[in-house]
Amino acid sequence: MSAATMTASQVRYVNKSFWRNPASAFFTFAFPLMFLVIFTSLLGHYTVHIGTRSVNSATYYVASMASFAVITACYNNIAIQTTFQRDAGVLKRTNGTPLPSGSFLGARVVHALFISVILVVITAAFGRVFYGADIPTGLTLLRFAVVVAVGAASFCALGLATTALIPNADASAAVVNAIILPLLFLSGIFIPFGNDTPDWILWIARIFPVKHFADGMQAGFLGTAFHWTDVLVVAAWGVAGLALALRFFSWEPRRS
Amino acid sequence: MTMLPGETGAGGAPASGAGGSTPAVHVRGLVKAYSGVRAVNGIDLDIRRGEIFALLGPNGAGKTTTVEILEGYRARDGGEVTVLGYDPGRQRAPLKRKIGIVLQSTGVEPYLTVAETVRMYAGFYPDPRPVDEVIGLVGLEEKRNARVNKLSGGQQRRLDVAIALAGNPELLFLDEPTTGFDPSARREAWEVIKNLATLGKTVLLTTHYMDEAQYLADRVAVISAGRIVAEGDPATLANRELAKARIRYRLPDGATPPAGLAGPPGADGFTEFSPDDVTAALHQLTGWALDHKISLDGLEVSRPSLEDVYLSLTSAPASGDQGGTA
Repeated sequence: MSAATMTASQVRYVNKSFWRNPASAFFTFAFPLMFLVIFTSLLGHYTVHIGTRSVNSATYYVASMASFAVITACYNNIAIQTTFQRDAGVLKRTNGTPLPSGSFLGARVVHALFISVILVVITAAFGRVFYGADIPTGLTLLRFAVVVAVGAASFCALGLATTALIPNADASAAVVNAIILPLLFLSGIFIPFGNDTPDWILWIARIFPVKHFADGMQAGFLGTAFHWTDVLVVAAWGVAGLALALRFFSWEPRRS
Repeated sequence: MTMLPGETGAGGAPASGAGGSTPAVHVRGLVKAYSGVRAVNGIDLDIRRGEIFALLGPNGAGKTTTVEILEGYRARDGGEVTVLGYDPGRQRAPLKRKIGIVLQSTGVEPYLTVAETVRMYAGFYPDPRPVDEVIGLVGLEEKRNARVNKLSGGQQRRLDVAIALAGNPELLFLDEPTTGFDPSARREAWEVIKNLATLGKTVLLTTHYMDEAQYLADRVAVISAGRIVAEGDPATLANRELAKARIRYRLPDGATPPAGLAGPPGADGFTEFSPDDVTAALHQLTGWALDHKISLDGLEVSRPSLEDVYLSLTSAPASGDQGGTA
């Protein structure tokens, strides 16, 4: 069997496992929608200024929560699940079989991408129905698809790299949240940036990939300016994540 | 030009392609150090095809390190290693297609069924064994469609063996396959492993349990402090079949057995001694007991068990030959 066939077959098994844990599947999908409802209800309707454009806060949150959903499905889930599989010995067992490691990990990345697409579609549909958000079409949709694909793949790669920092499965959620939660806040995902946002926050947002990814997503939903540099920065982080993962990824539990 | 006994090819099938007539495992002078300490310190091993070979040793003796080098998980620092004719350090990919590995503790996807799990792993190999046949071999037919997370510990271990067999390997590594089993689950697992030999598989087993080695293995090697300290048939390991027999019985109250037919009384009321001629000593002892109408409670004649041999081989070498604490 070729590596591509093996990867496709792995994706099917990953998918089977995913849906057979209904609690986990349900919350993967419910989480971003729940946040969307909470933020829009809590903060009410106001106007968010992005560059020269003014958008309704509810529409802003549709784009933000779609970004948040992709990041959770890729970065958080890959990092946490892979650490659990590493500690349970699934990775070591797999590493003793002829399955190429690229097929094993690639299948998980492809599946996370697949879940990301579903999440974005659900969030967009929900936003359209309840908040009148714009749905990307035509060329914008195509660009938007590129942003989702590059973002999902990059955050998966960063998730794999992060497993090298996680000493054991019990610590995985804590480590992942300690990294991603501050970044989400400092990238305007939960609270939009205003005119008085301090410089240091803007710089952090400029350096790390979350804000660039969110900006790319916003261009799809809000009709804001689209910059290929955003996609490039996210992709660069993805490549760096992949390089770190290739160097430091461990197939065996860490001995502490 | 030396011919090892195992390589004369007596009665063997003709070599099929590369490595058909080579031993399953061939190791010379294997060395592996962790931060300067030699966990494996010059091991030689030869495992013939179709044999069940047990590697015995206490924790930290270098058992798992040795096996994981053979499996290709770890790089060696020195020595010569071939497994099924491949160097596990440099030819891991082709080797992986021909071996099956049961590690000490490994998880599986909890939400797949037994049949799905075996089918998934079988799909990684070029020439897998039919899924239902593998499930039958380990006796999980009734659990075929059960989710893996619903299996008992013993059933999960049998699934581990099934996964290792899925690719129809020539050589199977079993690292402490029955640790944590209840006695009946161990018996079941033993039958599964015995069956593998009838399929012509070579099995390399590591274990703490002497009865397991004795029951399963054609040959055993005892590893201690990174070295092989004894190797051979479990029945004759370290010449234990030649060792002096021990006669042991409870000293009758107030009775004084004839000189030479008893040792110092132990705390449990038993005495034991090792005569040069067991038959004569036993005859004299029982004759004396019958004459005096004394019953010899708990009378037994024993030779050093595999466990006795193992314990003496793996105890610290500094201690003298003081056998009193048994």
